[in-house]
Amino acid sequence: MDLGIVAVAVGFLLVLVGIWGILTRKNIIKIVIGFSVFDTGLHMVMVGIGYVKGGTAPILSKGLKNNIFVDPLPQAMVLTAIVIGLATTALLLAVAIRIYKKYGTFDIREIKKLKG
Amino acid sequence: MEIFVPLYVAIPLGCAFIGSIIGIFSKAFSRLFTSLVLAFMAGLSVYLILLQKFPIVYTVGGWKAFNRVPIGIYMVMDGLSVYLVTIVNVIGFLSAFYSISYIKRFTGENYYYSLFSLMIAGMNGVILSGDLFNLYVFLEIAAISSYALVAFGIEKEQLEASFKYQVLGGISSLFILLSIGLIYWYTSTLNIADISRVLSHKSFPKTIVFVEIILLSAFGLKAAMIPFHAWLPDAHSSAPSPISSMLSGVLIKAIGAYVIMRLFFNLFAISYSIAYVITVIGTISMVVGVLLAIGQWDIKRLLAYHSISQMGYVILGIGIGMLVISKNGNMDIASLAIAGGLFHLFNHAVFKGLLFLNAGAVEYVTGIRDMKRLGGLAGGMPITASTSMSASMSISGIPPFNGFFSKLIIIIASAKAGYYVLSILAVFVSMITLASFLKVQRFTFFNNSGEKWSERGITIKEVPFPMCFSMIFLAVLCIVLSLMVFPSVRDVVLMPAVNVLLKSSVYSTNILGY
Repeated sequence: MDLGIVAVAVGFLLVLVGIWGILTRKNIIKIVIGFSVFDTGLHMVMVGIGYVKGGTAPILSKGLKNNIFVDPLPQAMVLTAIVIGLATTALLLAVAIRIYKKYGTFDIREIKKLKG
Repeated sequence: MEIFVPLYVAIPLGCAFIGSIIGIFSKAFSRLFTSLVLAFMAGLSVYLILLQKFPIVYTVGGWKAFNRVPIGIYMVMDGLSVYLVTIVNVIGFLSAFYSISYIKRFTGENYYYSLFSLMIAGMNGVILSGDLFNLYVFLEIAAISSYALVAFGIEKEQLEASFKYQVLGGISSLFILLSIGLIYWYTSTLNIADISRVLSHKSFPKTIVFVEIILLSAFGLKAAMIPFHAWLPDAHSSAPSPISSMLSGVLIKAIGAYVIMRLFFNLFAISYSIAYVITVIGTISMVVGVLLAIGQWDIKRLLAYHSISQMGYVILGIGIGMLVISKNGNMDIASLAIAGGLFHLFNHAVFKGLLFLNAGAVEYVTGIRDMKRLGGLAGGMPITASTSMSASMSISGIPPFNGFFSKLIIIIASAKAGYYVLSILAVFVSMITLASFLKVQRFTFFNNSGEKWSERGITIKEVPFPMCFSMIFLAVLCIVLSLMVFPSVRDVVLMPAVNVLLKSSVYSTNILGY
């Protein structure tokens, strides 16, 4: 079985779990967790996209027999995306802490000053 | 010339870094430094527009294409990019200059200017990037700094608006990343020009339709088109006023509308179904946005809803152009529609930026945003009142002002293309816009029926010089931009941008050189 397809399938599953979490949870912290799951699933999808059957890590060295490498570009993209995901999560949590200090709750049903 | 292209990203990034560190010791430094840097960049953009040598392609690190595979990251400045970059930097400079007085009452000024410069760097990067993944990275820089800036006041409303904006914006960013992954899977390249070349050699599969739909909804959310608009009124009305004017004036265009144009004209082949969807979304935004706006009493919230409606005009113009091209219709009509859309994009940046700065000036003096409690400010604040009047006439399409001409071009183009219903709707929306701005003028600046300001303990006086300067500059631009209907000006400023979209098939040849 092709490992790449497995990674893509599991990643898509995680993406769906993450979206479900963001849409249905009422607690701000759980929404942020949903985001992290979504993000991680997406990273798995992208790593899976770069997989080549029978490929090894793309490092050239002397006496190399196997000339099939996995695609390193999605891996580089995922590294960048992890950093961006860190920034997004950090900012979300920072705002969540401030919201807790002002409203005294994490429940989004209680946080509704803006309407119309 | 090539060296100027990466400077558009490097200079604001450096400014953000230096400003946040030296700003700890000297507040005056970070204030003046950001304005000076952005003034330089705005001047540079105007110079490049007048230079007329497009496209300028810069390859990061000097990696040239090998075996017809582009290796390095491309930064592309063509007619459309330079047009958008000029808007971003001119409005950015004026907002930063306005902030000199306005942000004095907040703490952490150096961080404000640092985030401001980061946002400019991100938007310039999105506009100049010729590489999809790089576009995503710059988009996140611009988006994350805008999330932080919306929450800058850290009151209840700001935090709630920022959280809502972050959740919706974050979902759309992740969908953009997903679709970039899928595009890479299908074409094995990330360069926009190269993707368009590869796609033109392949058949048109279901994968691309799926990717197009994800991208349209994700960037539609960034551009606040109607089914995805819920975050905009909260975020744009809660942010500090110079930031509202940046968000409404520039951000939704640079990371929303611009990317939609670039992707659906230059990257994917133009198809009738997508053009139809874009036109419908634009029309719905135009109509529903204005209907939601007219009942508002919070002045900034009203302006925010008008942003949705006016962006609907831009998308409508672009969509009609796409429809005409996809049906192999008359290219002159397509050119007219796209020109109207792009012209309205610039005009909206100017007058909506000005209106938010006016609302900020009113809030700066009185501390009130509710129009029911305002009134009679025209005597005490003549500059704010007169600039606000010119912006209101501009947005509602009164003849000598720029908004009239761009709306007229869009209406004529849609009528010529045979979509009479759309042109009637555009006229109708323009009339409701006029009504709603008559309400703003009457209840904010004229009607003096409420209690006297002196009884409430508020002295009405004109705002300080930096705020006045920005408002007067933008009010002058409101008139000067109508010059763009004249052929000699139009050919220099507007037509290069229109031609990039119109001759969409030669884009990849121009950039890659083969």
